[in-house]
Amino acid sequence: MSPVSPNPASIVIGGASILGGETADILIRDGVIAGIGQDLSGDETVDARGLIALPGLVDLHTHLREPGREDAETVESGTRAAALGGYTAVHAMANTSPVADTAGVVEQVWRLGQEAGHCDVQPVGAVTEGLAGERLAELGAMADSAARVRVFSDDGKCVSDAVLMRRALEYVKAFDGVVAQHAQEPRLTADAQMNEGAVSGRLGLTGWPAVAEEAIIARDCLLAAHVGSRLHICHVSTAGSVEIIRWAKSKGWDVTAEVTPHHLLLTDDLVEDSPVGAYNPIYKVNPPLRTREDVHALREALADGTIDVVATDHAPHPVEDKETEWAAAAMGMIGLETALSVVQEAMVETGLLDWAGVAERMSYAPARIGRLAGHGLPLTVGSPANITLYDASVRREVDPWSYASKSRNTPYEGRALPGRVVATFLRGRPTVLDGKLA
Amino acid sequence: MAEAIPHAHAQAHAVLEGPDINRALIRISHEILERTKGGENVVLLGIPTRGVHLARRLAGHIRQFEGRPVPVGSLDITMYRDDLRTKPARPLGRTELPSDGIDDRTVVLVDDVLYSGRTVRAALDALNDLGRPRAVQLAALVDRGHRELPIRADYVGKNLPTSKSEIVKVYLEENDGRDAVLLLKEDSE
Amino acid sequence: MKRHLISAADLSRDDALLILDTAEELAKISDRSIKKLPTLRGRTVVNLFFEDSTRTRISFEAAAKRLSADVINFSAKGSSVSKGESLKDTALTLEAMGADGVVIRHSASGAPYRLAGWVRGSVVNAGDGTHEHPTQALLDAYTMRRRLGSLEGRRVTIVGDVLHSRVARSNVLLLSTLGAEVTLVAPPTLLPVSVASWPCEVSYDLDTVLPKSDVVMMLRVQRERMNAAFFPTEREYSRRYGLDRERFARLKDDAVVMHPGPMNRGMEIAAEVADSPRSTIVEQVANGVTTRMAVLYLLLGGADLGGGDQ
Repeated sequence: MSPVSPNPASIVIGGASILGGETADILIRDGVIAGIGQDLSGDETVDARGLIALPGLVDLHTHLREPGREDAETVESGTRAAALGGYTAVHAMANTSPVADTAGVVEQVWRLGQEAGHCDVQPVGAVTEGLAGERLAELGAMADSAARVRVFSDDGKCVSDAVLMRRALEYVKAFDGVVAQHAQEPRLTADAQMNEGAVSGRLGLTGWPAVAEEAIIARDCLLAAHVGSRLHICHVSTAGSVEIIRWAKSKGWDVTAEVTPHHLLLTDDLVEDSPVGAYNPIYKVNPPLRTREDVHALREALADGTIDVVATDHAPHPVEDKETEWAAAAMGMIGLETALSVVQEAMVETGLLDWAGVAERMSYAPARIGRLAGHGLPLTVGSPANITLYDASVRREVDPWSYASKSRNTPYEGRALPGRVVATFLRGRPTVLDGKLA
Repeated sequence: MAEAIPHAHAQAHAVLEGPDINRALIRISHEILERTKGGENVVLLGIPTRGVHLARRLAGHIRQFEGRPVPVGSLDITMYRDDLRTKPARPLGRTELPSDGIDDRTVVLVDDVLYSGRTVRAALDALNDLGRPRAVQLAALVDRGHRELPIRADYVGKNLPTSKSEIVKVYLEENDGRDAVLLLKEDSE
Repeated sequence: MKRHLISAADLSRDDALLILDTAEELAKISDRSIKKLPTLRGRTVVNLFFEDSTRTRISFEAAAKRLSADVINFSAKGSSVSKGESLKDTALTLEAMGADGVVIRHSASGAPYRLAGWVRGSVVNAGDGTHEHPTQALLDAYTMRRRLGSLEGRRVTIVGDVLHSRVARSNVLLLSTLGAEVTLVAPPTLLPVSVASWPCEVSYDLDTVLPKSDVVMMLRVQRERMNAAFFPTEREYSRRYGLDRERFARLKDDAVVMHPGPMNRGMEIAAEVADSPRSTIVEQVANGVTTRMAVLYLLLGGADLGGGDQ
């Protein structure tokens, strides 16, 4: 690939396969797509033959850990990881320290993203003060702030109080917001360690039953319908949840849902038997890894549109929080730099999705749900030039030490995954070239 | 104790056949009676596996000659070996002492092959933890030399000069379906 | 044998029989005036107890000492662990001391697996959370074998809080390996949801199972389970699942009663039953030492396997 100067007047991406279909050149000028066609010319050319051009990816669920846990991740390191994973925008979850429950904190995170410049950072606001599940946070102030918050979530904790959830759903209608629910009935999951099933029974680990997720999803779908508001469901993990969401959508209710890459690929038996040993907390995540049947149902649901979005739930943790006994370990996995590869393996190579379908679920839909302007737009003339170039033909072994994230807690270490993000453009400016930060 | 399983290419020749073994054991029985004044206070302790069979045969002969039984038992020396760390942990043999014990008795240890002497050393340590015999003697069907410790046998069926590369294999009816002592020479390939 | 003993599932039938046969031989040691063997001289066994269990620690300590191993007792209370030192740092400390064997008791299920990844010595699980307690299962099997002979085809009934019991998990695995037919009896709240996939039968009704049982093993019921609504009251639990005199009278004549201890007399087991000659509860303690000697000998008494099974 030829070098690209920092601020060229125009760039031509030459010979990329648009959404995996026809091959064309893409001319970028002044940060927007100025032309798509054959034999276009510009000041600089990026040879993209053999690569797939996708709209810049949008993550609806990222933990950047700043402020508070800068040892695990910062906005700077997390957005580098995002750019390397093909993302041009990420939604930064609210469970920081202090919690992003005021206009001040969300604006701070938003500014840190602007300064880092690797991708846009759209803060998510907390639903309740301090994620405590007791009183609504100042949702309107966050919506009106410079960060223009539209997604509200207590992610990491469930808004389990039915009245509070109802009020939140009602209240955000005033500014077209959405409540993204972490569906986990707390009493059914006290001390829960992993999916409740045959494996948890054998391993003597307290179970996290599917019903604890499904019960909340059912309740919240009914609440959203009752008050006529938008509901988004974070990291759906069970076949039963899929059934409930399918039913809610069939009623025409405004319910959307996301699935993480790891729930599309990994199962709970890895806790018992894996190359990295039994009880290795690298597989500890919330919601937990489920069964083969659940993975199958989630893939089907993502393919048929029941689940709208793939969201990473990128959750960095320092080594010492994972090199412990299972019960003491932190829950979560990093995912920004492997998401597209995992989706290729789980969805594209299985024939469930084509690349246009991937664009819908990893770019258009998340931007739409997050009401995020300037992202998730089709690759057409006039769109902001947010573009990801992807080589789907390679296969590489995952090496966590090569990642830009500050943390190494990937469950894919040593596993070979397909594909590689070659370049990412944010409003025409390359943030990644040749698979490295530009 | 018998040696390892013979090499596939080893050439074997019989040093003792069934009748020879029987004669040797009868002679040893007489010698034990002579040396212990008619077998008074004697306890025969075989070292598993084949030493136990030999001890039982000796006891049988002695009973025949003297008309009274001699206490027989077995003494497993596995836990006292000095080469435990050279192999995975070995299964234990049985230790069965006669009901009257070994205190103030003349214990005759019985083994099939006397070689380095390390087995006997281990047996002496084991005996020390089990009681206090008046005297300890040693009977071996074959003494093949190459001692590594200051140990000698009181009763020997056959002195068999060997080289260290050779293997002495003892077969006994009770264990192997036939009586024989074989000397196996490794093929020089 | 594998290098570590963490789960009863680590043991093949041959391994398990070898341990029981070895224990049988070693039992004679306790009848001698000198109850000591030189076998593990120069080897170091660390008892790493993150959870209080004087009984189990003493049993392992006696076993290691009878084999002449050097024993280091490391309990979490009053040590650096209570100051927040991680299991990994503790493991590295043990490694520096040159532990040949580490006996670990921990409140977290799976902690021995993590430890085994960080130390070179053999790891013996002395109870991890609600996962397993394989040496308890071995001593139980040893005790049953002494009373009943072979375990092949014998009916063993395990009664009580299976959900939280490491003893039950290890016993189900080991006893099925040894050919016994295990039935678990408990209120449904105290059984894992997936118990149907275990190699055993399940019943909610003690009275139908008792008359055909050769062995009845009563598990300890923690009183705090009552507060978590696993059962309504102690009295109701005791009435439905306790081994009282009436139930005891309906057992087969040669059936034995076991309990891994410590017992709640009057709760899961009546005092007269616990003290009856058909109860093996005192034997179980003595058999613990010889069984653990057998395990330590077979894991540490030979050549350093250096992770050969991994």
